[in-house]
Amino acid sequence: MTIASGSEQTQTDLVDVVVDDINVRVPKGTLVIRVAEQMGVEIPRFCDHPLLDPVAACRMCLIEIDGVPKPQPACAITVADGMKIRTQRTSPVAEKAQSGVMEFLLLNHPLDCPICDKGGECPLQNQAMSSGRGETRFEGKKRTFEKPIAISSQILLDRERCVSCARCTRFADQIAGDPMLELLERGAQQQVGVADDAPFNSYFSGNTIQICPVGALTSTLYRFRSRPFDLVSTPTTCEHCASGCSLRTDVRRGEVTRRLAWDDPEVNEEWNCDKGRFAFRYIRQDRIESPLVREDGRLRPASWPEALDIAARGLAAAQGRVGVLTGGRLTAEDAYSYAKFARVALRTDDIDFRARMASDEEAQFLAALVAGQPLGPTYADLDAASNVVLVGFEPEDESPIVLLRLRRAALKANTRVWSISASLTGGLAKMQGTWVPCQPGAEAQVMDDAQKDGSDDAFGAALRTPGAVLLVGERLAGIPGALSAAAALARNTGARLGWVPRRAGERGALDAGALSGLLPGGRPLTDPAARREVSDLWGVQADELPRYAGRRGSVPIAQSADAVIVAGVDPVDDPQGEQLMAALAGDRFVLSLETHHGPISELADVVLPVAVDAERAGTYVDWEGRSRSFGTAISGVTTVTDSRVLAMLADAMDESIGRGDVMELRAELATLGHWTGDRMSAPDVRPAPPAAGGLRLASWRLLLDLGRMQQGEPHLAGTARPTEAVMSAATAASRGLTEGSLVTVSTPDGSLTLPLRLDEVAHDTVWLPMHSPGCSIVQDLGAVPGDVVEVVPGGPR
Amino acid sequence: MTLTPVITEFWDRPDLYTLAGYERTGGYRALRTALAMDPDAIISQVKDTGLRGRGGAGFPTGLKWSFVPQGDDKPHYLVVNADESEPGACKDVPIMIANPHALVEGVIISSFAIRASHAVIYIRGEVPEAIRRVALAVSEAEAAGHLGHNIHGSGFDLKVIVHSGAGAYICGEETALLDSLEGYRGQPRLKPPFPAVAGLYSAPTVVNNVETITNIPWIINNGVEWFRQFGTEKSPGFKVFAVSGHVRRPGIYEAPLGITMRELLDYAGGMRDGSEVKFWVPGGSSVPMLTADHLDVPLTYEAMVEAGTMLGTGTPMVFDQTVSVVKAVTRWLEFYKHESCGKCTPCREGTFWITGVLKQFENGEGNDPDLDLLNELCEQIMGRSFCALGDAAATPYPAAVKLFRDEFITATHTPVDQTFDPARSFVFSETALSEVGAR
Ligand SMILES: Cc1cc2nc3c(=O)[nH]c(=O)nc-3n(C[C@H](O)[C@H](O)[C@H](O)COP(=O)(O)O)c2cc1C
Ligand code: SF4
Ligand code: SF4
Ligand code: SF4
Ligand code: FES
Repeated sequence: MTIASGSEQTQTDLVDVVVDDINVRVPKGTLVIRVAEQMGVEIPRFCDHPLLDPVAACRMCLIEIDGVPKPQPACAITVADGMKIRTQRTSPVAEKAQSGVMEFLLLNHPLDCPICDKGGECPLQNQAMSSGRGETRFEGKKRTFEKPIAISSQILLDRERCVSCARCTRFADQIAGDPMLELLERGAQQQVGVADDAPFNSYFSGNTIQICPVGALTSTLYRFRSRPFDLVSTPTTCEHCASGCSLRTDVRRGEVTRRLAWDDPEVNEEWNCDKGRFAFRYIRQDRIESPLVREDGRLRPASWPEALDIAARGLAAAQGRVGVLTGGRLTAEDAYSYAKFARVALRTDDIDFRARMASDEEAQFLAALVAGQPLGPTYADLDAASNVVLVGFEPEDESPIVLLRLRRAALKANTRVWSISASLTGGLAKMQGTWVPCQPGAEAQVMDDAQKDGSDDAFGAALRTPGAVLLVGERLAGIPGALSAAAALARNTGARLGWVPRRAGERGALDAGALSGLLPGGRPLTDPAARREVSDLWGVQADELPRYAGRRGSVPIAQSADAVIVAGVDPVDDPQGEQLMAALAGDRFVLSLETHHGPISELADVVLPVAVDAERAGTYVDWEGRSRSFGTAISGVTTVTDSRVLAMLADAMDESIGRGDVMELRAELATLGHWTGDRMSAPDVRPAPPAAGGLRLASWRLLLDLGRMQQGEPHLAGTARPTEAVMSAATAASRGLTEGSLVTVSTPDGSLTLPLRLDEVAHDTVWLPMHSPGCSIVQDLGAVPGDVVEVVPGGPR
Repeated sequence: MTLTPVITEFWDRPDLYTLAGYERTGGYRALRTALAMDPDAIISQVKDTGLRGRGGAGFPTGLKWSFVPQGDDKPHYLVVNADESEPGACKDVPIMIANPHALVEGVIISSFAIRASHAVIYIRGEVPEAIRRVALAVSEAEAAGHLGHNIHGSGFDLKVIVHSGAGAYICGEETALLDSLEGYRGQPRLKPPFPAVAGLYSAPTVVNNVETITNIPWIINNGVEWFRQFGTEKSPGFKVFAVSGHVRRPGIYEAPLGITMRELLDYAGGMRDGSEVKFWVPGGSSVPMLTADHLDVPLTYEAMVEAGTMLGTGTPMVFDQTVSVVKAVTRWLEFYKHESCGKCTPCREGTFWITGVLKQFENGEGNDPDLDLLNELCEQIMGRSFCALGDAAATPYPAAVKLFRDEFITATHTPVDQTFDPARSFVFSETALSEVGAR
């Protein structure tokens, strides 16, 4: 038998070993426990975890090696040529060693199984059942601890259940880079713990619950809620960001009860972030349960036929002057339905999925370089990259799995990370990254400068190395010239360019054609061949498709339309949210397809309820361009998708866009595939001249903030970063501001008071969270990153 | 066999601990000789002497030094293990108090040999006297130019750091010591890599015992032949034996390896009045106990192994007939339970369990079948734990029950303090005994 991990494994890399009398040839350096695993021999283990460095602490995996006097831990011994290994299957010594350790492990373990969350899926319980003693030989008193203790608002620890495997502590240290969890004390008193003033507020804390081989770590959210055997599991994809995590959604009696990270080696490996794990109660809160229509100025429930009829008439009346605004929560299939519905049933190209900071420059950038492009750069490309330069992108907050990957690449694969950013963040430090300080708004300039002849910008040189990747964040759209500069920088250095949006549905919506000027697959609307391909599939004449690219941006679209369809748009995400609301409140027909009650559904003429993530099947396309399809987990409030509603609407309008069935939509998307013809050229917008005076505002959304889909999760919110202003010591000193004191940040439109922290921040710059409790820069300051603000000591006057 | 005071030769001089005092005995001569030598030649010379580590395991010192990769462009470190915390072990602390400069001179020569420009002396925190004296010796040596930059014009730089431990036996285990030095909890590290390849701050590091390093100046001064005239082929040289227990003159006796316990007992004035050897351990509590039958076995690494025990730290503890084996073993196990670092299951849980059962015996509430259970539990620890502390914890009981099973049986119904009046083992004079009303 030959077990090779890579196909290009050469003979010399392989060694011959014998496991339980079976000859195998395996790559040199493989751990004995992995060799056995691949042969189908399960060596029991507790501390071993394939993604963590070995500790060999639990001693459960002891095996015998010929010529070695003592049994050895299979999880820490790598194979050598000629090694003869005996596992518990053929070695009485190994068998006895393992049963001895098992007995010791159970010694101080409480008899909690009947009330323990882990019961039923617990490695210790399973192991005890399969090879433990029926009766204990221990007659003494077990060690006890106060139980449970909260190591964060989200995670509880029952120390007496802990087997000291150090998986959680190693995860925190090695994977998350948040070494706040430690083993404390010694001997039988050894216990996991945190410092008194530093709870385990890691964005990745939930993973420790999942990898804990016993029920020592539990979440406030799930504790005592269910037994694993009462759960029905569905593979799903996380809807909270564009990282694309594969999840497992566990449902009990029709309710989502918990979510786990699922194993996808190409994407999230076995990890996810706490938002993806714990933020799901929004599914049940404040849902729109039936269609609503406006009558005498007020919304009242209506039947589907009635509501559809009113909606169809409202849209038909505005034929040709309808705008479509879709947000970032849509699946690729639903976005495609909007793209098709707009062009076929509404005969409009006024469609835009970017319900956020957006610009024409960005639309052009996306059309030229991102929309409908094949997969890549990928996570694996980050692993393999020599250098990765981030601009306008803070992975820890904006796409956490990218952080984990880059951290590992930096620590284990010599990838060097650079960040052109207003501040040297903890996230960058975790990636051992190099900070290129940049005042917000100056990103374009910094990138342009690096391309000038004779530039000695090190990151520019780094981008010229083979395999380099330039990752730009969605928020660069707010900095004029920045995406143009990024496109040019990638072109001139040969680096691969990746665009990382924040929301799960953005890339899919872009690829599906939910942006004016773009048909599905990145096809230019004005390209005859592209029009033909699409119209053939859609069963319409090519000249029936809108002739010219439509309007862009939510406000222009809404202002010029007689009727607007709005789906999944949260006006607080949009710096022009107020203008958008004003436009929608005007004399226009507004159709809202929504999951939750919100400001837009409140002012709509017709509201049609649609399914949320867990209630429907679909696909998200992650930042890599990878399709992440998932199934329906619950029937929930409604299983009617946006696509299905649009299909019914089209019927009511005597148009046809198909049945809105997810398989049918996937097939259509697959038929269209990627556009390979000519594209629009990349934008060439010049940077705006730097504004004078004041401080520049730097900001992005923290992972855990006031986002709609995190509502109703106080325990999760308890682990969020504090709301604070951050600036450099020099800038603070120049304004007479001191660490920890309150400062007031103001613009002509408003002001905010919050505590100040000093850190590595670009000069004359203040960083604020974009949308956190007590600090929403758009609502409170009417500002966007790069704007000029004033900061003075003390509270409001 | 006669005593051979080498390291201990001038210990009766009250000023030996000062630089001047040490130099009057010929101190720091070896340093000048060594600095004129090729470092590799020093390593070979130490290798040729066959000097074995005095920290307990007896690993050949020169061989250990030769594992340090040379020309690797990494910093190298010498770490002196002065954490001496093994029950019964009391030789390193006296060396550091009586003759700290000999240790410092050994450190400088050893660092020069392995090309270390930093050395650390990690001293058990509970012995401030030793810490003070070593710290003083280091600063005196620095002032005298034996330490620091370009030592005596040789181009060799060395900084010595005296570090105080915080009270953990496990920090004497070399890799736990390194973690402790780096500021982490003292828990042993996974080996390989061994410290010689990746030790302190992942750089090549030699960890040696105080006594081992203190041997070096004499080896440089007197050479291989001289060293090898003492001891045996496999255990060459002399040893600082620390004899404790029910002997008339407990203390330090430096003699060639191969001396017997009977001879050492003689030097120590024999057993106290009216008492006889009941059991003894040659090297701290971590090695199996012997009885009077073994008094003529040579104290060498090899002969001790043959007798079923180990030389260990070479610090014999001798117990007379007043001592309950049950109680002694219980105390030792309590020590291991208290000192177990908690990292691995067998030692963490095993010491907890065994100690509980032994306490029952001590209280006269033991159960017959538990005698076998305890043996099994020790088997479940021995060779299964992460580091040698677990093995040490599994050592005392099996030897004790083999030799003194009856005493354990008695302890199933009678508290050991009734069978063995503690006063008789603690208090030496008959009058005092009657004063405390001893049985
Ligand atoms: C639990 C434990 C405690 C130890 N304590 C000491 C100690 O206090 N001093 C010491 O020199 N070696 C101690 N050792 C041995 C060291 O690990 C190491 O082998 C020794 O310092 C090497 O020095 P040497 O080669 O000069 O003997 C201890 C080992 C264990 C397992
Ligand atoms: S809490 Fe769980 S994961 Fe952490 S050390 Fe204990 S058993 Fe292991
Ligand atoms: S990293 Fe993104 S995709 Fe993954 S769990 Fe978190 S929010 Fe969801
Ligand atoms: S044997 Fe295990 S628990 Fe005991 S001291 Fe060594 S590593 Fe720690
Ligand atoms: S699994 Fe190997 S020691 Fe824990």
